[in-house]
Amino acid sequence: MKVLVPVKRVIDYNVKVRVKADQSGVDLANVKMSMNPFDEIAVEEAIRLKEGGKATEIVAVSIGVKQSQETLRTALAMGADRAILIEAAETVDTDIEPLAVAKLLAKVVEEEQPGLVLMGKQAIDNDMNATGQMLSAILGWAQATFASKVEIGEGEAIVTREVDGGMQTIKVKTPAIVTVDLRLNEPRYASLPNIMKAKKKPLDTKTPADYGVDVAPRLQIVKVVEPASRKAGVKVGSVAELVDKLKNEAGVI
Amino acid sequence: MAVLLLAEIDAGALSDATHKAMTAAKAMGGDVHVLCAGDGCQSAAAEAAKIEGVSKSFCASDPAHGAKLAEPIAKLIVEKSGDYEHLVAAATASGKNIMARVAGLLDVMIISDITGVESSDTFERPIYAGNAMATVKTTDAKKVITVRTASFAAAGEQAPAPVEEIGGAGDDGLSAFVSEQKSESDRPQLTSAKVVISGGRAMGSADNFALIDKVADKLGAAVGASRAAVDSGYAPNDYQVGQTGKVVAPDLYIAVGISGAIQHLAGMKDSKVIVAINKDEEAPIFQVADYGLVADLFDAVPELEQELAKVKG
Ligand SMILES: Cc1cc2nc3c(=O)[nH]c(=O)nc-3n(C[C@H](O)[C@H](O)[C@H](O)COP(=O)(O)OP(=O)(O)OC[C@H]3O[C@@H](n4cnc5c(N)ncnc54)[C@H](O)[C@@H]3O)c2cc1C
Ligand SMILES: Nc1ncnc2c1ncn2[C@@H]1O[C@H](COP(=O)(O)O)[C@@H](O)[C@H]1O
Repeated sequence: MKVLVPVKRVIDYNVKVRVKADQSGVDLANVKMSMNPFDEIAVEEAIRLKEGGKATEIVAVSIGVKQSQETLRTALAMGADRAILIEAAETVDTDIEPLAVAKLLAKVVEEEQPGLVLMGKQAIDNDMNATGQMLSAILGWAQATFASKVEIGEGEAIVTREVDGGMQTIKVKTPAIVTVDLRLNEPRYASLPNIMKAKKKPLDTKTPADYGVDVAPRLQIVKVVEPASRKAGVKVGSVAELVDKLKNEAGVI
Repeated sequence: MAVLLLAEIDAGALSDATHKAMTAAKAMGGDVHVLCAGDGCQSAAAEAAKIEGVSKSFCASDPAHGAKLAEPIAKLIVEKSGDYEHLVAAATASGKNIMARVAGLLDVMIISDITGVESSDTFERPIYAGNAMATVKTTDAKKVITVRTASFAAAGEQAPAPVEEIGGAGDDGLSAFVSEQKSESDRPQLTSAKVVISGGRAMGSADNFALIDKVADKLGAAVGASRAAVDSGYAPNDYQVGQTGKVVAPDLYIAVGISGAIQHLAGMKDSKVIVAINKDEEAPIFQVADYGLVADLFDAVPELEQELAKVKG
């Protein structure tokens, strides 16, 4: 079984984001970019499936600017076998929307015929939580979102999902889309020798035109602003003072 | 044109996430119809008919809707979508799961987790873990939207609107329910509680979370956790507050032994009053706390329980 893993290049989760003065977006010039953390978990899961004899080949795909190559190289260094870069944006300020990403991925799925697509539940930049669901809709496949456990069987996968109020286990017909949550695994770091080896692994470069997909956005950004900031509070000297303040000053208990 | 609001139903009962999403739905313009999908949803549909502003409540009872699987419910919504300009749900785990599939089926872009409605096509939503607020205008004729419930007050009550029974989507054989593990608790739900107390990595063990539970009992509070506490197995996964967990905005949020990473702040910084208990006075959580107590939690939390006993009885 071939596993397809879409990986997105996003601002590193440790970076403090700054909104641009012209309100057009967030300043992405010269900030550290990394693989979306959920996608690392998806890559790790694919590698474990391969190590466990369930997967035969892992193909990583990224859609975005040319530099998304680096993200794909990271996936290759972790253990993916080959990669596809779909160059769809000229500048890092252009975020390709989940709908367009899903359409491109659907084309890649048609070509590659994977038995499973493992992807992140959410990109930590746009916080959409949508691409996997949209891709399954387009393909007419089953979706198992927010996975914390994945077991592959014959023509089906048993997936435990993190839902409101606990966990839900479902059985989906494969091929299927699985979007991964934080507790699925702990992704490995790529070793130096593997980083070197990854440089020689195949990486194909395509464009949306190759797939005949229109990536024009459906949402127009009217403005992007800083969130309301909180006023600095006070330190209290004791628990008794805290309780007094909560009762008599804030009136919340 | 009208708005179709997918009701959030938990174990057959209507969740107040629906009432909050209703407030957003009303602001989009037009009549609002609520869709209850479940395996036996009559009582939820009757409740939904009483939400202020609802002009019709649909009940689509079908065994295929029992486990809230996305494929059949998305199909049902798409079948009904012709009469509506807006298709809306609360941004709960199942709302996110279902509505993005609906958008994919309809070839429109989803607008996830909105915190504001500017007009029928323009919405505010947080991006980058709430470190930026984007206002977006959609060019799609049909708008598929999920609503951050923490940002909207619950709609009130009215004399019941008509309830209409409709057929369900049936089972398409793509996915099937196997089992569930629900976290049992008599406490209020995290996303609707007036007071939330959360523990972090510093709790050190699941047993130590009992310290938090005792304070929660005194306050009638819901209990939450940081990702680190959940990852370490100290608290169940659905306790996680943050960018990729639950977003809460209670009157009072108490963070115990939580450092205040941006991903955690994303889920609680809109709380009315924030209290932080942390032994490191430099912890970033103090930058958003109205009241900060620099102390060892293992002293402070039991003491808090005692002090609360004095004032709350
Ligand atoms: C993709 C992604 C998504 C994430 N999503 C979330 C999310 O949704 N929610 C979330 O919470 N996190 C999330 N995180 C994780 C986040 O970055 C932090 O790692 C996490 O919030 C840290 O949890 P913590 O504050 O409990 O632990 P720590 O950062 O380890 O902080 C522990 C704190 O306890 C204090 N302390 C220690 N001992 C004591 C004591 N005895 N008494 C009092 N204080 C004490 C310490 O001073 C410290 O400040 C996410 C991360 C990633 C990469
Ligand atoms: N531009 C992209 N390139 C590759 N994968 C992507 C891209 N955008 C989204 N994805 C995948 O879809 C998941 C969910 O993203 P989103 O729906 O944007 O929150 C991510 O974790 C990735 O696995």
